[in-house]
Amino acid sequence: MTTAQDPQTPPVLEIRGLVKSFGDAPVLRGIDLSIARHECVAVIGASGSGKSTLLKSVNLLEQVDDGQIFLQGEDITDPRVPVDATRARIGVVFQQFNRFPHLNVLDNVTLAARKVHGQSRGTATATALRWLERIGLADKVGDYPDRLSGGQQQRVAIVRAIASDPELLLLDEITSALDPQLVGEVLDLVADLKRAGSTILMTTHEMGFARRVADHVVFLSGGVIVEQGPPELVLGDPQEPETRAFLARVHPD
Amino acid sequence: MTQPSGTTVSAVERERRAYRRGRQRRSALVSAVSTVVVAVIVWLGVVNTPGWASVQKSFFDPHTAFTSFPAILLGLWLNVRVLFFASIGVAVFATFLAVIRTLRGAVFAPLRWLASGYTDLFRGLPVIIVLYLVGFGVPALGVFPRLPAEVWGTLALILTYSAYVSEVLRAGMEAVHPSQRLAARSLGLSHAQTLRLVVLPQGVRKVTPALVNDFVSMQKDVGLISILGAVDAVRSAQIDVATTYNFTPYVIAGLLFVVISLPLIRLTDWLEARQRRREQIGGTV
Ligand SMILES: Nc1ncnc2c1ncn2[C@@H]1O[C@H](COP(=O)(O)OP(=O)(O)OP(=O)(O)O)[C@@H](O)[C@H]1O
Ligand SMILES: [Mg+2]
Repeated sequence: MTTAQDPQTPPVLEIRGLVKSFGDAPVLRGIDLSIARHECVAVIGASGSGKSTLLKSVNLLEQVDDGQIFLQGEDITDPRVPVDATRARIGVVFQQFNRFPHLNVLDNVTLAARKVHGQSRGTATATALRWLERIGLADKVGDYPDRLSGGQQQRVAIVRAIASDPELLLLDEITSALDPQLVGEVLDLVADLKRAGSTILMTTHEMGFARRVADHVVFLSGGVIVEQGPPELVLGDPQEPETRAFLARVHPD
Repeated sequence: MTQPSGTTVSAVERERRAYRRGRQRRSALVSAVSTVVVAVIVWLGVVNTPGWASVQKSFFDPHTAFTSFPAILLGLWLNVRVLFFASIGVAVFATFLAVIRTLRGAVFAPLRWLASGYTDLFRGLPVIIVLYLVGFGVPALGVFPRLPAEVWGTLALILTYSAYVSEVLRAGMEAVHPSQRLAARSLGLSHAQTLRLVVLPQGVRKVTPALVNDFVSMQKDVGLISILGAVDAVRSAQIDVATTYNFTPYVIAGLLFVVISLPLIRLTDWLEARQRRREQIGGTV
């Protein structure tokens, strides 16, 4: 792996031989991946290559067909492991945001902190307000999600995921609804989160984003990892012809 | 999810599957055993009551059941036909009412008021009173040709149940997210097309259980047409009770009503499950 790692502490996330099919269609066919503390791994690949499926499997939203996923050394695919407690340790921003339309912005953000992590309304609200201010949504606290712009909804979803300080963050295409300036802001936010100690697994179609924040880039195709390594190598000097073809299609320059 | 056939799985996965199967077997066993225990306790409680012997004789007499069965079944055929036409009538009229109530704009205000007044009135009126008014009152006006009682009964059911069903449909249509309307109109679909092709199909899916509820409820109320003199299952049972002084025919009629409601309930359960599988992402939560 890229970052030096204490042999005693297990990686935050380790995926071994992950297999997932929908019906008869295999989507992931043996994925091995490991993410160290404070590391940010970006998964790239064509639309439909299984990036979201990989993230959903890690969050136990899909039951894997084979292989194991370890969170801090604990096999979370073991059916004996309590699922809700595991999910509470992982923050997710879905590709479709999935914010709760019946709750205002503040309640969207503080719901898990209050109901799952047992924080008082005061504490949860203070944390939420700090984040919402940081991301430029302080004046939207009382608004309902359907009345926000796409980019604002995206940012609420991000704050909702990070408000409870998860051990691992899963970000699925978080810049897809943002204008270039906001992409920059979200990028800074992700970089900040990383500096503050978050461990991040994200998918993205924006190679610039991957290049700037990721420590490690994984190219997914045909259900397997075709190529992986530091962004300069995978994005700058890809070795596999398939990776080159993909990058040429994304960046025709 | 199952593995595509032909692939081998790791020992870890085999162990996980064995564990899950074990858990499933155990919960199935627990629920089966507890069901049997409860059933036995209830049964023993009932047969040991002091009056059970006489109740059994007057409500569950096999001989009376056997002799009254053909007439009741014949009567039930009338119920089924009334149900068939009433359902079609309700589907059409209730949709019409629901659509009127969702029309926007000041021009449609009188229509909306009319429709909402109608639903208020007919949801409040007891079915029996509507049956009397339509079955005895309307023919007495003397402007309609003589029609059999079941025709007026069907009409009364349509009038009453359309009021209920239109409200359920309206709730379903209003539960469809506004972005769906926007998307449909932006594609150039007209208001009517949007309703018919986008809003109604989604709205109906959202309220299917409530619609099935109303259907089964109406199917029972079809038995009320007997008060207009139509010889349906309930009326046939009543005639038998009057001659044998035994209540078993009522029990038979009641069971038959339950039996004819089952196919539809199972069918809608199955349709719902299939549609969920096809349209929604599933997953483990
Ligand atoms: N619940 C599901 N049932 C059946 N097939 C599914 C399901 N979810 C995903 N798939 C299929 O799995 C494949 C991978 O989907 P996935 O959402 O992981 O792609 P992705 O890499 O995230 O794509 P994108 O970049 O467009 O978001 C697709 O072919 C999709 O059709
Ligand atoms: Mg995706």
